[in-house]
Amino acid sequence: MNKFKLMLLGASSLILSAGLPAATVQAENLTIAFIDALSGPFAATGLGSGRELKHAVEKFLNGKEVAGEKLEVEFLELDGKINPKESLVQLQNAISQGAKYIFHNSGSSVGHALVGAINKHNKRNPDNRVLYLNYGAIDPALTGSKCSFWHFMIDANVDMKVSALVDEIAKDKSVKKAFIIGQDYSFGKAFSAAAKKYLADKRPDIEIVGDQLHPIGKVKDFTPYAQKILRSKADVVMTGNWGADMINLAKSVKEIGTEANIYGIYAYGPGVSAVVGESGLGKLSIVTQGHINPPNTPEWAAYTDEFLAKHPGNDMSNERTVYGVQMLGEAFVKAGSTDPLKVAFALEDLEFTTISGDKVVMRGKDHQMQMPLQVMAHAKDGLKYDFDQSGYGVITTSSIPLENNTLETSCEMQRPS
Amino acid sequence: MLETVIFSLLNGLVYGLLLFLLASGLTLIFSMMGVLNLAHAGFYMLAAYFAYTISLYMGFWFGILLAPLIVGLIGGLVERYGLRQVHQFGHVPELIFTFGVAFLLEEVVQFIWGRDQLAYNKPEILEGALFTLFGADFPIYKMFMLIVSVLIFITLFLVLKHTRIGLIIRAAVGHPQVVGMLGHNVPLIFMVTFGVGTALAGLAGAIAGPVLGTYPGMASGLGGIMFVVVIFGGLGSLGGAFIASIMIGLIQTFAIAIDGSLADVLALAGIIVTEETFMYDIWSTTMPQVAPLIPYLMMVVMLIFRPTGLMGARES
Repeated sequence: MNKFKLMLLGASSLILSAGLPAATVQAENLTIAFIDALSGPFAATGLGSGRELKHAVEKFLNGKEVAGEKLEVEFLELDGKINPKESLVQLQNAISQGAKYIFHNSGSSVGHALVGAINKHNKRNPDNRVLYLNYGAIDPALTGSKCSFWHFMIDANVDMKVSALVDEIAKDKSVKKAFIIGQDYSFGKAFSAAAKKYLADKRPDIEIVGDQLHPIGKVKDFTPYAQKILRSKADVVMTGNWGADMINLAKSVKEIGTEANIYGIYAYGPGVSAVVGESGLGKLSIVTQGHINPPNTPEWAAYTDEFLAKHPGNDMSNERTVYGVQMLGEAFVKAGSTDPLKVAFALEDLEFTTISGDKVVMRGKDHQMQMPLQVMAHAKDGLKYDFDQSGYGVITTSSIPLENNTLETSCEMQRPS
Repeated sequence: MLETVIFSLLNGLVYGLLLFLLASGLTLIFSMMGVLNLAHAGFYMLAAYFAYTISLYMGFWFGILLAPLIVGLIGGLVERYGLRQVHQFGHVPELIFTFGVAFLLEEVVQFIWGRDQLAYNKPEILEGALFTLFGADFPIYKMFMLIVSVLIFITLFLVLKHTRIGLIIRAAVGHPQVVGMLGHNVPLIFMVTFGVGTALAGLAGAIAGPVLGTYPGMASGLGGIMFVVVIFGGLGSLGGAFIASIMIGLIQTFAIAIDGSLADVLALAGIIVTEETFMYDIWSTTMPQVAPLIPYLMMVVMLIFRPTGLMGARES
């Protein structure tokens, strides 16, 4: 329960405001809570995205003028341990400390729990509503059958990412056979179902020569799976694997000497790119949001440099964090208030240019951000920003425009009157 | 088909021999001291991390040489100053003690080296393919693992069968009280066995680290498999542990290679299974999904029909 009072108006902003004609600007307190894994096996991810979020909040929200008042942001970091129950306890904690906006990154199970609890809370406490800004729990149901007016997804969901992945594979006419492999749990199954659906839609001529689930985090040696891939004569391997399962799969596939290229959605970032190392060069592609190499705009490069200077030894890998915060700031101004109800309406269909120059829209129908996606290759040369000072990182090879990632939704949104 | 069989045989053998390296120490410790060392897999992991750190400064070869020695030494100290103190209170506290050590090792490793997978890599000389079989590369490193494991097996076998210390250890495995009464220093034998056993686990960790990955989860699940090897092979029987390890290695590899499910078997008999069929989930589960379960099934069956295990001589 670290409680950080953010740096208030520094000397520089004092000088700035002194030059403005309106001398009497009042301050308004705004509490933002970040609930994620701050301890346990996924703490590295949670702490990393928390650092990036805090930096963005300090930069874009703190001191922002909304309806003539300057925001004074209090940022709470709460440990939800990627556990739905713990996260709900922390949600209550956040609400009792006056938080109006809840940011959360990892774990779709946590995402579902938060949506359920916030729906109830907002119904019972119309004077004290909260808004859930989700930038990492990407189960399509959260903006589909389980969509909620109080939830906004600031990342492409699994379906959007897999659809883009298939778009990228479809470009290569020499691809005839695809092998799908994933971890045996809800996400792995959702990935597999989406891969089959979009392959059938976009390239029905591609034969699916394997659809394999393996126990999550339990496989010590991926060689038997790699041998299966080799035997199937697959041209591409599609996988949603993350963490050690991704690294070891890539290593085994390389070792057995197949020609198959691997397409993933989580095969990059701190703790991954460095270990995949040599074995992923020329073999591994990733579909994800945002820009890393090249940074695309000088503003984004400058922002990244500033972050890295302030947090030496860390990496910047979640650009969507910035989208979420900047978008919230725009919605404050548009609504002329920080009241979650007004802000939620303001966020609907808000169009916005990201810091790296992409046009994105927060679709009102289902609160799913519509965004272009980037295809990146695991690489060693030509990188401005590598991961873990290893020399390895990712480089953008092509872009998939927003229009191609716009999918239908089954969401039937219940809006407060 | 043939290529699958040959390749699965080779891979199963490599994995099985690695299991044997791990389980050989455990079976000696278990049969001699009556304590299942739950921290055994933890020492395996610890050695991989040590080997990684040493390899950064002194190169890969010193890493796989020194890491098992250090881990063996730590194992000996844990026995001497931990387990031996707990021994007087009986087996249950001993078991709980090793359980605690297992947790401690996992947390210490994460505390020092972090939670991410480490870039512990093979040396250049062992990089690349030894031969290509039906289009599949067989890595030099796997052959290296195979040779090291076989050498250790032969050495262990010779030491136990043909040396004086081996004689005493074998006697202590079967009849610890009698050996003590004959004037041998049984606690010392325990300590040395514990140290050597953990060193063997350490060697397994050090050579497995570069291929199977060096990360905090690398030991998870291995403890259970090793327990199966010990029970299945029989108490105090290195030969039994050897056979059990190879069997588990082969079965797990082949199970992944085969794609069938019970539904396919039923289809041969003319029964078509659809999603509406009663217990569809069971019929449609494929072999690769069941693969991790098979060793435990083997253990249960063995315990029912032959509680002494494959080659074990005694029951307790």
